Amino acid sequence: MSELAHTWSNVVVILIFLFSFAALLSWIERRLLGVWQDRYGPNRVGPFGMLQSVADAIKLLAKEDWIPPFADKALFVLAPAVIATTTLLAFAVVPIAPGIGVVDLNIGLLFFLAMSSLGVYSIVLGGWASNNKYSLLGGFRAAAQMLSYEVFMGLSLMGVVMLAGSFNLRDIVAAQEDLWFCIPQILGLITFTVAGIAEARRLPFDLPEAENELVAGFHTEYSSMKFGLFFIGEYVGIILISAVMVTLFFGGWLGPLLPPLMWFLLKTFIVIGFFILLRASLPRPRYDQLMGYGWKVMLPLTLVNLLITGAIVLAWGL
Amino acid sequence: MWNALKSMWIIFLHMFHRRVTVQYPDEKPYIPPRWRGRIILSRDPDGEERCVACYLCAAACPVDCIALQATEDEHGRRYPDFFRINFSRCIFCGYCEEACPTDAIQLTSDFEMGEYDRKNLVYEKEDLLIDGPGKYPDYNFYRVAGLAINGEGGKNKGEAENEAPPVDLHHLLP
Amino acid sequence: MTTIHIDSRPYTAQDGDNLLQQCLSLGFNLPYFCWHPALGSVGACRQCAIKQFKNEDDKRGKIVMACMTPVTDGARISIDDPEAREFRASVVEWLMVNHPHDCPVCDEGGECHLQDMTVMTGHTYRRYQGRKRTFHNQNLGPLVNHEMNRCIQCYRCTRFYRDYAGGRDLDAMVLRNQVYFGRHEDGILESEFSGNLVEVCPTGVFTDKTLKQHYTRKWDLQTAPSVCMHCGLGCNTIPGERYGTLRRIRNRFNGAVNGYFLCDRGRYGYEFANSKHRIRQPSLRKDRSAALQSAIKRDMLQHIAALLSNGTRVIGIGSPRASVESNFALRTLVGPEWFYAGVSDRDGRLLASILDILRQGPARSPSLHEVELADAVLVLGEDVTNTAPLLALALRQSVRRQPQKIAEKMHIPHWNDNAVRGAVQQERGPLFIATVAGTKLDDVATQTFHAAPDDLARLGFAVAHVLDSSAPPVLDMPDALQELADTIAEALKTAERPMVISGIGCGNRAVIEAAANVAWSLSNTGHPAELCFAVPECNSLGAAMIGGVSFESAFETACNGAPLNDNTAGATAETSTDVAADFSVDTVIILENDLYQRADAAIVDRFLAAAKHVVVIDHIDNATCARADVVLPAGTFAEADGTLVNNEGRAQRFFQVFVPQGDIQESWRWAQDIMTITGSGKGQPWINLDQVSAACAAAIPLLQPILHAAPPADFRIGGQKISRQPHRYSGRTAMLADISVHEPKPPEDPDAPLSFSMEGYLGHPPPALIPRFWAPGWNSVQAVNKFQDEVGSSLAGGDPGVRLIEPVPAGKAEYFSNVPIAFTRRTDEWLVVPLHHVFGTDELSVLAPAIAELAARPYLALNPADAAELGLAAGDESRLQLLRTNGRTGYSLPVQLKSELQRGVAGLPAGLPGLAGINLPAWGKVTRLGIGMKQGAPP
Repeated sequence: MSELAHTWSNVVVILIFLFSFAALLSWIERRLLGVWQDRYGPNRVGPFGMLQSVADAIKLLAKEDWIPPFADKALFVLAPAVIATTTLLAFAVVPIAPGIGVVDLNIGLLFFLAMSSLGVYSIVLGGWASNNKYSLLGGFRAAAQMLSYEVFMGLSLMGVVMLAGSFNLRDIVAAQEDLWFCIPQILGLITFTVAGIAEARRLPFDLPEAENELVAGFHTEYSSMKFGLFFIGEYVGIILISAVMVTLFFGGWLGPLLPPLMWFLLKTFIVIGFFILLRASLPRPRYDQLMGYGWKVMLPLTLVNLLITGAIVLAWGL
Repeated sequence: MWNALKSMWIIFLHMFHRRVTVQYPDEKPYIPPRWRGRIILSRDPDGEERCVACYLCAAACPVDCIALQATEDEHGRRYPDFFRINFSRCIFCGYCEEACPTDAIQLTSDFEMGEYDRKNLVYEKEDLLIDGPGKYPDYNFYRVAGLAINGEGGKNKGEAENEAPPVDLHHLLP
Repeated sequence: MTTIHIDSRPYTAQDGDNLLQQCLSLGFNLPYFCWHPALGSVGACRQCAIKQFKNEDDKRGKIVMACMTPVTDGARISIDDPEAREFRASVVEWLMVNHPHDCPVCDEGGECHLQDMTVMTGHTYRRYQGRKRTFHNQNLGPLVNHEMNRCIQCYRCTRFYRDYAGGRDLDAMVLRNQVYFGRHEDGILESEFSGNLVEVCPTGVFTDKTLKQHYTRKWDLQTAPSVCMHCGLGCNTIPGERYGTLRRIRNRFNGAVNGYFLCDRGRYGYEFANSKHRIRQPSLRKDRSAALQSAIKRDMLQHIAALLSNGTRVIGIGSPRASVESNFALRTLVGPEWFYAGVSDRDGRLLASILDILRQGPARSPSLHEVELADAVLVLGEDVTNTAPLLALALRQSVRRQPQKIAEKMHIPHWNDNAVRGAVQQERGPLFIATVAGTKLDDVATQTFHAAPDDLARLGFAVAHVLDSSAPPVLDMPDALQELADTIAEALKTAERPMVISGIGCGNRAVIEAAANVAWSLSNTGHPAELCFAVPECNSLGAAMIGGVSFESAFETACNGAPLNDNTAGATAETSTDVAADFSVDTVIILENDLYQRADAAIVDRFLAAAKHVVVIDHIDNATCARADVVLPAGTFAEADGTLVNNEGRAQRFFQVFVPQGDIQESWRWAQDIMTITGSGKGQPWINLDQVSAACAAAIPLLQPILHAAPPADFRIGGQKISRQPHRYSGRTAMLADISVHEPKPPEDPDAPLSFSMEGYLGHPPPALIPRFWAPGWNSVQAVNKFQDEVGSSLAGGDPGVRLIEPVPAGKAEYFSNVPIAFTRRTDEWLVVPLHHVFGTDELSVLAPAIAELAARPYLALNPADAAELGLAAGDESRLQLLRTNGRTGYSLPVQLKSELQRGVAGLPAGLPGLAGINLPAWGKVTRLGIGMKQGAPP
């Protein structure tokens, strides 16, 4: 009973936290961008403009929920649900702190990879179902981008798995007691970061959306809460990638003095901040550059990383 | 790659820069006197309308947002019968002020003209005409130009700036 | 053709011309003021200075005035020479010394030659700080505004007014540097060409006073090529519109017709289009006793459809002041056999006779320009100054043809105006004027003869007989008159280009036939003569070509129920309208015509009352409209397109200037709408003017060439229409903003290759489509130079208009032989002849306030001896009792004495407001009003 209650309370608290943090994140992001661009960002609604996201949410909910007559209705409705569902499901395996987390799967990492790969269906389906040339182009880009970046995303984590000897995320955290994997797996970290950004379709890799060329890419036709789901999905995605990165490379909840939860949140927040900094400072590459970069630089790099890690593990017999 | 990191670092350092945003409307910015804002029609030092309805502002306007009709009062003074500026078209370029030969049309430093209804941005003469001489306190076109104005406060030929008294036609007759 | 070198480059130039004209013809921008292509050179302003070199080696050269220097073979000149440039800049600077500081309130601003030339010479900064000489202005009447301070002393005004147009009351008054152009005192300018001062003056001394009432700059006017409506000459005009009202008329140069000038009736008559008498809405009444009520167009058309349905008899009355197309559309609507010409019986016969004479005789009808070139002229029976003013201006030039030879002998080039006038002195070529009363042209006439119309005709017949003995002789000619006939015949015979001018002005067919005999006898004896007739209205000849007997025959139809369209004149109105009870016509459609102007009020009243339904399509609310059951608003010349045929037989297209508000549309469109709703008439509805013209040309072979009067509606240059608005048209986004901030799309124009927009072709369009004269750097009317092949000659691409009538070779036509018997005075009865007034006799122009102010007041003109016999003095009230059986006969009029009137002849200014609808000549009794009252005559 207490086991079940514990799980449920975990689920509910994490869910609420995720949603509110995702909403707040839109405000945080805009404020941070403001800071880095020598301006204010939203500072009018509520203290420091914090209620801006509430205002945005109300606006989103109040908007006309419009389905274009030319759209494929079933898929059009399904698409935004997929992304929200998959990113939230992926969160189930993230070990937030000892005793905090939804499930403890021994194939946690694989589950995460599976879920995040499923998310791309949402984009592709949304782009397809909208029956609009910009959406379709956005969907195409998403599919191609996922295909190329999914490959080395998985591979880049194999070094970590080798070092930890487990797919269980809690084990992986535990394996970093002495040394965070960001040191031995520096190459893995770099490649995973790049893949993670691409996975979350964040700038500079937001080619499926690319508002300056494709209007709004795959979600051009979406409005109201369907758009809101994409929106939530994107921000939850950022949190997810950051949390996974912290878990895999920065020792998860490990750290001195502060309680483990605080360590985890702090690290996650710093990674999120880093993601926002990326957005603030880097331009979007051209599409062919993105693909070339993935296949010609990142994939070989992960393979090299795998080779070296394998060799070291073999040699030292760790 | 190095470039990307460098630019990220530079952007990061901007965290410690001063913000350039002015918190309008809490904080009113400094508006220079030559600011090109809301257009007005001024009056000469005698309190009469300066505009002589010469149509030069309308001709100079690149968006053709000035329309007027000239007419004349009983003293021979020309003035606009109506004078309309469609501010929903105006681009505040200031060409009208430049073209105005009588310093009548002037751009002011007021820019707070927001309206919810576009129709309210169409200003007629009564909306444009102010009571003072605006930026040019002394100029009076009719004092300078060699045009006779009848009536009180008028002037005859030869009474404008640098004018000799009119020639008596009878001296020219054989 | 010779070669001259301008700035070291060779150009071909016209030998004998002056260098200024040649430089301008070659496209150079050489500033000038006093020179005018029609007035010649006097070298007064010193502005056109250029440098002339003796030969190729001459590097110093000397400054000469281009306008005073003839083109010589191999001449080497420089326009760009720094010294010449500096000279020209300093000339403008000193011309501007006394110029007031008032361009913003000057009506010339924006189209000022002085502004253009100041910019062209580069004088930008005023250095003179001294005091300016000033003048008082004069009140020169309601047409021309005077602002003397702006003058630059070029003398163009007096040269035009006095030397060219023969005016006397405007002159230069000079003492030292004080040069004043004006009258000796305030007063209305006497010349009927005074309005041209506005265009002749290079700056704002003379400006258009009517434009001042609703002033608009040239760049703000929407303009289109148009044709004047106020007499039969068809002068080309450019009307300008702004904010839905007509603002002014400017001359549109046409080398063959009006050249550079217009008369004041044509220039200032436009204001009728803005008049409060305009019909702006359709209106109808279902019951004669009720007043007309405005209605919407659809209801109106349905009402008309009901009127015209089930086989009712419909007749149409056309109009000589409506376009060919409108007349033809009405003719199609009612059917040719039920279409009547909108002229009185008298006018109809005279016009038909003129048309026959021009079509079947050997004498060619000259253009106005050719009238200027005539060197011996006989004017028979027409007071051209008042019926066709610009013809009088052309005649004033024609008397200079023969004396020109004196100057030629002295090797004075024709353009050297002062020298030519000095050489010629008061010498004038032969111009004989035979009219019922004195005319303004008498001062340049060689000899004048004033008599009753029949006697004028007899003089003409006698001249013809002298020229060709096979022409019918005139019996019982007094010796003095025979002597005059001999003199005239001799002058005409020895001339190179003899010309006879007549018209329907005195209402006498014999006069017209006599004129034809004179011209034909000249042509038959080997002196090809030209024969020019003045006709009263802008489309008199065009309407005559469409045919239909006069509308008075419609009155006849009313009695008999059978159409009388066999071109034999029916009984006159006076005898036919008593039997109105048997009226068998259901509906009368009257096109742009006030019947009360053409027939007596009592007769028209009875006619309109007898017709079951009267439909009027017109633009002015006149007496006929007041009696109508349905009134449809038609567009004026500025709101419609169409073709007019002038007195020469030249078909000219006028184009719509602006889109009127409401339901106003072209008359032919109303006719088309009625045909569409009733399903009558021809098959496919006309959708644009070209289709009406084409149908008209197909139906009436004589009108075939009207298709070529102007390019068709689908004509484009580079895919573009020609813009009616100048490229600097202002206020586009504000002028309608008070109504709606959403700017409407510019109106479409299916009828013309011109657009109601600033967008369109900006270069030089074909001559018939020139909407305004403007060229870069040339904002004034002088920009017309840039539209001419050879400055002063004709428009590049040929002068607009096509001639419909060409003469047949000599000897084909038979002489007219019914020579009238000499006029004999009756006791107690006077032959009342029509007198004309440039301001007043035209129905439309008197609605313009400025013209109305100048319009003549009704009077009765008598010979002083006759008046003395009656005990009448000038200004006394007299009573005129016309001897006719029908209509109004009695008029009370003040007496004017005219000593040139023959005894037994009285003159009545026909067509003046209050004297409309009287068909003259007619016999009448004149009594002193006091006596008549005592005898108990009807008041």
